[in-house]
Amino acid sequence: MVFMDEYDVIVVGAGHAGCEAGLAAARMGKKTLILSINLESVAQLFCNPSVGGTGKGHLVREIDALGGEMGINIDKTFIQSKMLNTAKGPAVHSLRAQADKVQYHTEMKRTLERQENLDLKQGEVIDILTDDTGKVSGVLTRTNTFYKAKAVIIATGTFLRGKIFIGETAFESGPNGLSPSVDLADRLREKGLPLRRFKTGTPARALGSSLDYTKMTEQKGSEKIVPFSFLNDNLEKEQISCYLTYTNEETHRVIRQNFHRSALFGGLIEGIGPRYCPSIEDKINRFADKERHQLFIEPEGLSTDEVYIQGMSSSLPEDVQLEFYKTIQGLENLKIVRPAYAIEYDCIDSLDLKLNLENRQIENLFCAGQFNGSSGYEEAAAQGLMAGINAVLKIDGKEPFILDRSEAYIGVLIDDLITKGTNEPYRIMTSRAEYRLVLRQDNADLRLTQKGYDLGLVDENRYRRYLEKMKHVEAELARLRNKTVSPEEVNDFLAAVGTSPIRARTSLAELLKRPQVTYESISQIDDDTRPVLTEHEIAQIEVQIKYEGYIAKQLAQIERFKKLENKALPQTLDYSKVEGLRIEAMQKLNACKPLSVGQASRISGVSPADINVLLIYLEKKRRGERE
Amino acid sequence: MIFKEDTIAATATAPGEGGIGIIRISGPEAFSILEKVFIPMRKKMSTACAADKSDLPAAECIENRRMTYGHIVDPQSSKVIDEVMAVRMQAPHTYTAENVAEIQCHGSMVSLRNTLALVLRNGARLAEPGEFTKRAFLNGRLDLSQAEAVIDLIKAKTDTGFDSAMAQLSGDLSLKIREIRSVLLTLLGDITVNIEYPDEDIEEMTYDKLTKSLSQIGDMIDILLSTAQTGKIIKEGLRVSIIGKPNVGKSSLMNALLRENRAIVTEIPGTTRDIIEETLNVRGIPICLTDTAGIRDTEDKIERIGIEKSRESLSAADLIILVLDGSTPLSMEDYEITEAVQGKPVIVLINKEDLGVRIDSTKIRGMLPQAQIVTTAVAQGEGLKELEDIIEDFVYGGTVKHANSLLITNVRHRDLLEKSKSSIDDALSAAHMGEPLDIVEIDAKEAYELLGQIIGESVAGDIIDNVFSRFCLGK
Repeated sequence: MVFMDEYDVIVVGAGHAGCEAGLAAARMGKKTLILSINLESVAQLFCNPSVGGTGKGHLVREIDALGGEMGINIDKTFIQSKMLNTAKGPAVHSLRAQADKVQYHTEMKRTLERQENLDLKQGEVIDILTDDTGKVSGVLTRTNTFYKAKAVIIATGTFLRGKIFIGETAFESGPNGLSPSVDLADRLREKGLPLRRFKTGTPARALGSSLDYTKMTEQKGSEKIVPFSFLNDNLEKEQISCYLTYTNEETHRVIRQNFHRSALFGGLIEGIGPRYCPSIEDKINRFADKERHQLFIEPEGLSTDEVYIQGMSSSLPEDVQLEFYKTIQGLENLKIVRPAYAIEYDCIDSLDLKLNLENRQIENLFCAGQFNGSSGYEEAAAQGLMAGINAVLKIDGKEPFILDRSEAYIGVLIDDLITKGTNEPYRIMTSRAEYRLVLRQDNADLRLTQKGYDLGLVDENRYRRYLEKMKHVEAELARLRNKTVSPEEVNDFLAAVGTSPIRARTSLAELLKRPQVTYESISQIDDDTRPVLTEHEIAQIEVQIKYEGYIAKQLAQIERFKKLENKALPQTLDYSKVEGLRIEAMQKLNACKPLSVGQASRISGVSPADINVLLIYLEKKRRGERE
Repeated sequence: MIFKEDTIAATATAPGEGGIGIIRISGPEAFSILEKVFIPMRKKMSTACAADKSDLPAAECIENRRMTYGHIVDPQSSKVIDEVMAVRMQAPHTYTAENVAEIQCHGSMVSLRNTLALVLRNGARLAEPGEFTKRAFLNGRLDLSQAEAVIDLIKAKTDTGFDSAMAQLSGDLSLKIREIRSVLLTLLGDITVNIEYPDEDIEEMTYDKLTKSLSQIGDMIDILLSTAQTGKIIKEGLRVSIIGKPNVGKSSLMNALLRENRAIVTEIPGTTRDIIEETLNVRGIPICLTDTAGIRDTEDKIERIGIEKSRESLSAADLIILVLDGSTPLSMEDYEITEAVQGKPVIVLINKEDLGVRIDSTKIRGMLPQAQIVTTAVAQGEGLKELEDIIEDFVYGGTVKHANSLLITNVRHRDLLEKSKSSIDDALSAAHMGEPLDIVEIDAKEAYELLGQIIGESVAGDIIDNVFSRFCLGK
C-alpha cells in the first residue's frame, strides 16, 4: 500500500452525483479529490440525452439556487429547450433541455479541472479504509495506492458490480462498456453494508442518417428559451428538433414472439427495475391492449450522428432489436450503433443512511446518487450536492444541512429515501411533494440561495443577483397593490383581453389576478413608474399575485407541519426504554433514529398513537431534566 | 393525524339526558369557532367591554372567563339550535393551556349533538378520547403521574387496534367509502399522469371530464350523507312541530297520534298555552312531537311566552305539520303562519273535512310549493294513515334513496364526510373557474385523504401506484 496524498474529502465516482459532491466540497474550502474509474465517464449522460422534466427540472433549479453546477452546465450545452406543462399551473411548469452529450461531459470536466481545491484523477477505488474507531480514514485504489481522507463520498452509479444484459448474453460491465467496480462491492458487503440489486435499461442508439424523418412528426423546442440557471437571463441558440413516431402491431408481434429471449423474462435479471422506465417488452407485456407506443428520436449531440430512441429500452438480443426497430415508421432502414441493454448494479438500502446522507454504520462515509437507490441524473446531482455539503459540515463539526419537505424537492427526495425507503429505483415526481405550490421552479432561488450563501457555496455574483431580484419583486408587488386605476382608464383594455369591466377603482394587482390579464399586458394601462424587470422577476410577480390565496393556504399548512419537524428527538434515545411504544414502532425507530418527531411520523410502522407516546415521553423527559 | 395542533371539540359531560351538557373546544381556532356559532343575547352591551368599537365580533363581547347567555345559531341556515351559556378562556390559563371555549347546552341530548356537529362543521375536529388531557400534559398543565394515565389510554386504544369510531364502521359503510375513494383515486391518477407525463400518449384531462367526475363523486358522498340525516333521526328522533292558529285541531291531532288524552282540548282558542312535547313511535320512527301555542298577536302575557316558544320550536323542527281549519276560508292569521313556515319541510293538514272543505288547496300550493297536502278529520280519525305514510316517506323515501340499511350514525364519520364533500365542492368550483389542473387537484386530494380517515387509510403511495398500474409510461 503506497501512501499518495491526503485530502479532506474524497469522492468515488464522477457522475452527476460525484461532480456536484466534489465541487461543493471544494467550493466550501476543502481539499477534495474525485476518483473515477475512467475520466471519460465524467458527467456522462449514459441514458437519455436530456436534463430536467417534471419534478426533475425543479431539482435542477434547486441545485442551481444552492450554488451547484448542473443548471449552469446544461445552459452551456443544450441543443433544445422546452418548458413543459405551460397549460397547467405554475407549480408544475417544468423545464427540460436536450443536451449535447459530448459537450455536457467536456464542459463539466473542464469545470472540475479549473476548480480550486479540487483534483480529478482516474483510478478505481477498491476499498474504503477505516480507523480503529470505525471512522473513515481513506481509500485504496486498484494500483495499491492509498489516499487519506477525513470523509469519503460514494457515488458509484451503475458501476458497482455492474452487469449488462442483452438477450441471452450477460457480462460484468459498467454502463456503455466501461469497466465495472467489483472489488469495492465485495469490500462494502464485508463491512456489513446492506447492498441490494437494482436494474435499469437504455434503448439502442441509431445512426441518424439511416432514419427517414419525413415519416415522423417534428418536435420543436419552445420558442422562448428559459434558462435553467438563475445566473442567466436570456439565452439565444439555434435549436435542434426531436422526432415522434410510433410502434405498431408488427413491432409488438416481433417482440411478443421473442419474449422468451429477453433477459428480463428469461429470469436472468434479479434486480428490481423502476416502473418509470419500463423496457418495451415490459410495456407490451403489461399493457397488451395498447395498440401503439410512442417513441421520440432525440439527437445525442452536434458532433455525432447518433440518436437516442426514447421509449424503446430493451434487453432483447441484438438481432431481435434490429428486427423490431425496423418495423417502425421512419426506422425501416435503421442502423444500430450501440444496442439497447439492461444493466443491474449494487446499491445500498437507503434506510441505512441518515438525513445528512451519512452511513449509519461507518462514520464520515457519505453516499449519493444511484448508489442510494434513486434513478435519474437530477436526483443523483441533488444528492451529490447535499452529500458534499454535509461531508464538509461533518468534518468541521457543524450541524448537518438538511432541507425539509416544505423547503425543497431535494428535501422531499432525501426524506423519502431515508425515512420511507424505496423498493425500486426512485424517481422524483411533483406529486410526491405535499407543498407543491410553494416549491415552484420559479422561486427556487428565493427559497434556497440565502442558505447556499450561508454555507459558502453561493458566490457574491449570484448572491447579489438574488438580493436584487428579491428587492425588485417586493417593490413591484407593493407598487401593483397600491396603484389603482379607474373604470374609464381600463375598461376598454379589459374588454379587449376578454374579461369583465370594473365598476370602481381597482388595484393593478387585483386585475392581474384575472386569468386573462398578464403582467405584460397591463403595460398598456400602467404608467411610467413601471420598472424594467427580468423574465425571472416577472414570472415571480405573476405567480405570487395570481395564486395568492392558494399559496397562503399552503403556507399555513407548512406552519403546522413545521411544529412537529422542529420537535427534535435525541440521537442517543433508546426507544426500547420508551414505555407504551408498540414493538414494531420501537424497532423501526431504533433503526432510523429520526431527527424529529415529524420525521418519526413518516416512518412506516409508526402510528399516530406511537407519536403521541413519543410526545409524552419527551415532555416527561423535559420536566425530569428541569427538576 | 391526531397530533397536529389543530382545534378539537367534544362533549365534555357524560352522555345521558342530563340537565346540562357541556361542549369543550380547545385550540387556536376555539374563539373564532365560538364566534361563528354563538350569538350573545346582549351583543349590544358589548360596547361596555370596548367602548370605542361598536362593530365588535361576538366572541369579544364574551368577557374572558365570564359566563355569557345567548343562542347557538347555525350561521348558514340562521336556525336556532339551542339556548346556552358560553364561556371563553384565554390561553394559557386553561385546562389544556390552549384557548378554550365551552358551551353549556340547556336543551336535550339532541341539541347537544347538533351543537357539536355545528362546531365541527365550522372548523373543529372531533377530539380523540383523552386528547384534552394529552394536550394538557404536553402543554405542561398536569403532573407526571397523570401522564401515565394518558399513555394507558393511548395504549388501550392501540391494543384494540382501532378507535371507537373505527369499531362502529360497518362493513357496508367501509365498502361504500372504498367505492367512492376508488372513483376518486382513478380521477387523481388521471390528473397526476397528465401533470407528470405531459409528453405521453394519454387521454387529456379536459375540464368537462374533470367536472363530470367531481360531480359524480360529490353526488356519491351526498347520498351517503343523506343517510346521515335518516341515521340521526333513527337515533335521536324526528322533531315534528305542529302549528296552526288556535282551535284548528292541533291538540286533537297530537292526541290522535298519541292515542291518549294528554293536552287539554277545549273549544276556547288559546287553551294550549305552553309547549307540549311528546315522544312517540310512528312505524318504528321515534318522533318528538311538539304542539305549539299557535302564533298570533295577544295581550295575554302567559300566552305571549307560549307564542315565543312556538317560534323557537319551529326553527328547530325537522318537519312541520301546519294544521288549517278546512271548514272556514283562510284567515289573515293562516296566511301569517303559512309565511312563517315557507322554505321549510311542511305537511299541510286541511282538517275538519267532515264539516265541509272551504279552502282552496291550489292557493296553498302556490304559497308552499314543496308542501304535502292532506285532508283530514282528525277528531274522527280520518286521514291519519295518510299522514303517517307521508312522515315515513319523509324519513326513508323521497330524494333520500338507499337500498340497504346503510346509515351514518357516528359523529366522526359524518364530520369527515361533510368535510370531504366540501373539499370536492371546492375542487369543483376551482374547475368551473378554469383554475389549472394542479390547483384543482389540491382539494380533490384533500377529499381523498379525509375519506381515507374514515376507514383508517392514508394517501401515501396510492396515487403513484394507481398511475403506474394503469398507464404505460416512461422512456
